[in-house]
Amino acid sequence: MKSFFISRLLQTIPTLLIIATLTFFMTRFAPGGPFDSEKAIPEEIKVNLESHFGLNLPLFDQYLLYMKNLLAGDLGPSFKYVGWDVSELIGVAFPVSLGLGVSALLIALFVGLPAGMVAALRKNTLWDYLPMGLAMVGICLPTFVLGPILIMIFSTKLNLLPALGWYSWSDLILPSLTLGLFYAAYIARLTRAGMLETLKQDYVRTARAKGASPSRVVIKHALRGGLLPVVTFLGPAFAGLVSGSFIIESIFFIPGLGKFFVTAAFNRDYTMVLGTVLFYATLIIALNLLVDFLQAWLDPKAREQR
Amino acid sequence: MYPFSCHVPYPVQFRNIKKSLIQSVKAALLLGVGILGHFLFSSCSAPSNVERAIDEQILHFGLGAEPQYLDPHLATSVAAHNILSALLEGLVSEDPKTLKPLPGVAESWVISEDKKTYIFQIRKEARWHNGDPVTANDFIYSYKRILNPNLGAQYASMLYVLKNAKIYHEGKKTWDEANVGVKALNTHSLQLTLENQTPYFLELLNHYSWFPVHQPTLEKFDAFARIGTKWTKPQNFIGNGPFQLSDHKINSVIEVKASKEYWDANRTKLSAIRFYPIETADTEERGFRTGFLHVTQTVSSDRIDFLKKKHPEWIHFEPYLGTYYYRFNLKAPPFDDLRVRKALSLSVNRKLLVEKVLKGGQLPAYCFTPPDTGGFTAKKGYGYDPEQAKVLLDSYLKEKGLQTLPPFELSYNTSEGHKKVAEALQAMWKKSLGVDIQLTNMEWKVFLSSITKGDYALARAGWIGDYVDANTFLHLWRTGEGNNLTGWSNQEYDRALNLAEQSLNPAERFIHFQNCEDLLAEEIPILPLYFYVQVSLRHPSVQGWYPTLLDHHPYKYVYLDNGVK
Repeated sequence: MKSFFISRLLQTIPTLLIIATLTFFMTRFAPGGPFDSEKAIPEEIKVNLESHFGLNLPLFDQYLLYMKNLLAGDLGPSFKYVGWDVSELIGVAFPVSLGLGVSALLIALFVGLPAGMVAALRKNTLWDYLPMGLAMVGICLPTFVLGPILIMIFSTKLNLLPALGWYSWSDLILPSLTLGLFYAAYIARLTRAGMLETLKQDYVRTARAKGASPSRVVIKHALRGGLLPVVTFLGPAFAGLVSGSFIIESIFFIPGLGKFFVTAAFNRDYTMVLGTVLFYATLIIALNLLVDFLQAWLDPKAREQR
Repeated sequence: MYPFSCHVPYPVQFRNIKKSLIQSVKAALLLGVGILGHFLFSSCSAPSNVERAIDEQILHFGLGAEPQYLDPHLATSVAAHNILSALLEGLVSEDPKTLKPLPGVAESWVISEDKKTYIFQIRKEARWHNGDPVTANDFIYSYKRILNPNLGAQYASMLYVLKNAKIYHEGKKTWDEANVGVKALNTHSLQLTLENQTPYFLELLNHYSWFPVHQPTLEKFDAFARIGTKWTKPQNFIGNGPFQLSDHKINSVIEVKASKEYWDANRTKLSAIRFYPIETADTEERGFRTGFLHVTQTVSSDRIDFLKKKHPEWIHFEPYLGTYYYRFNLKAPPFDDLRVRKALSLSVNRKLLVEKVLKGGQLPAYCFTPPDTGGFTAKKGYGYDPEQAKVLLDSYLKEKGLQTLPPFELSYNTSEGHKKVAEALQAMWKKSLGVDIQLTNMEWKVFLSSITKGDYALARAGWIGDYVDANTFLHLWRTGEGNNLTGWSNQEYDRALNLAEQSLNPAERFIHFQNCEDLLAEEIPILPLYFYVQVSLRHPSVQGWYPTLLDHHPYKYVYLDNGVK
């Protein structure tokens, strides 16, 4: 277990270095640059602008410089939001995305887990069809449709909740519902499938035969195995949630990370692209690692193998 | 396999669990509803921004985009203008209705007989937000900074009207050697000497590139020739305009509050303005409808019809100083031949384009300069005559021994609006000329890079005027101008433009401008399609806000009142 942990941790370093290198060169090979604009800039001005950001150096030197700064923990200045450092911007936007992501995930779990469990226990009844039907709608209904519908009902018509912004607690509700219900639908389906699978297992039957109380059978024995697919899904889902959603942020005007992620590429904001990609990669790696441990804890078979 | 399994009363075994589970689901739902309800009731009592605004006098402003810079010498966007015009004031200010120059930091000015020297009297009561007086030297420092070649200011060429400014900016001489036409006669009088007579000089001074910056602040942050310093952060920014920067949360809000130090503070009625960089038009509209915003930057084109019908009191269509056009690449066939360009131009039905495709109140463009730009309205040059177009194209095809025009590409940057226009033109050309064109959409930076390299046949473009004078449009097509990019060059055009720049008599200037327009319509290096219109939503309580060509609205005249407008 310990050696597994150490080797996985060591693997992350080369992974991140490779991601940084690939991203660095891929962004540089895209046509255009951060200072291209519709208005023509005289060549000498452009050279001056670029030299401010070290873009006049040979590409490989820029790469070495970037890597050197990166190892020192410096992600460099943003080219688009001039006067801000990339780490500063991520530092401002990440708590926003984290807040939104965690509350969406809580909604997803609170709605998705019970719905999936009920559906599995009452297979092929209304208690199964109704939540699963809704889950199917939830999966098919994109957030950019659900979001405006919720806003129309709760903000424009009922005038109960703010339609946009990120200034008070009430601003949290609609976006986390929009995002959470989408994930709830997935979780419900995964929970149902996982539960159905484990309910058929011998050990569940054994538990029952040994006289364990029904709630103990479900919660202690069936649920633990049934949650495995959900946990596998949760790792990357959580990383995706807390690293921001461009669509939700645009609909609800939320100053999260997702916007930086998407627009940085369009703006050729090289340092920002690298910063967000590395941040996301680190998050994914860390969470996947966490998922592996959780799985080992939940699944005795996986524990054995390691 | 397990014979006993079918005897186990499976469902019975789980009935109790089901019950307890369903109960817990119910409990969870109740809890959720309770939490939601708490928020609903706590928030529904709170009045919206717009409802509170009349008492608070806070204007909530849809900014459209986060400005890249809040440094007047580096800024390049409309969003930056909207902020900077609150924070800083130049020598002159703008009339809220006509944008004609009014006294600003300068209380008066004298213009020499040859119209090349201006002496500005800076008012003694003009103050920076920290209480320092605004002096002639502040302006000299600012002009020196934006023209400093090391700063890399994109709008430095706005100051080229100053004598010798260009030589200094190109780095050929130092400030003293170049003898730039800027001089402080004493602490409160500033003399500016121009290269040529420039009839629109005072209007030009309202562009943010001419705004002053606070020397001690810039020195503190070593920002004289450096980009990206922290002097523009709220705690550091010291301006001299009617408002001072109080908050800046990126992609969320920029807030300015009325300054007591401003010389005309008594006139300012708003206590604050909150700018929200909302990029999505639909989100802006939802914000407007729920009382979050007073003013939006734009309106989604799909929503115009609905809003026009249901809420005519909100939606405003106002002329805007901009032209939407296509560029021909004259360096490669088939557009090196005038007949092809002319044939394409003559078969565009611009009226149909604006009325049936765009539907946003835009005006068809039969010339390049928008109507009534600084008093100049060009005559209709580009016509619509599909029959003549066919004749012209046939003559070209015959000469080249072709059956049809080889398909060519029309490039535009990815956007629904550009696509609509391109498809409309594609259909018009197919119908009138039987020409097949291929539409190529590109991501913005890829598009820019291929246009700059001349790697295109026909490409979409737009131009927004920087000041209200035809020169801001017509100078584009001068030989060697960086924005020309069509490969078109005409000495007669250059001459007419130079004559217009040097002449002070408006009637005479307009003749030269008209000559320029005539040459464009004859040679067709570009295909003007329509003139922009500013479509926005504005709450009826916003007063003192008038339609202007540059979409400038000097904030010191704006206030919020429910009175009938």
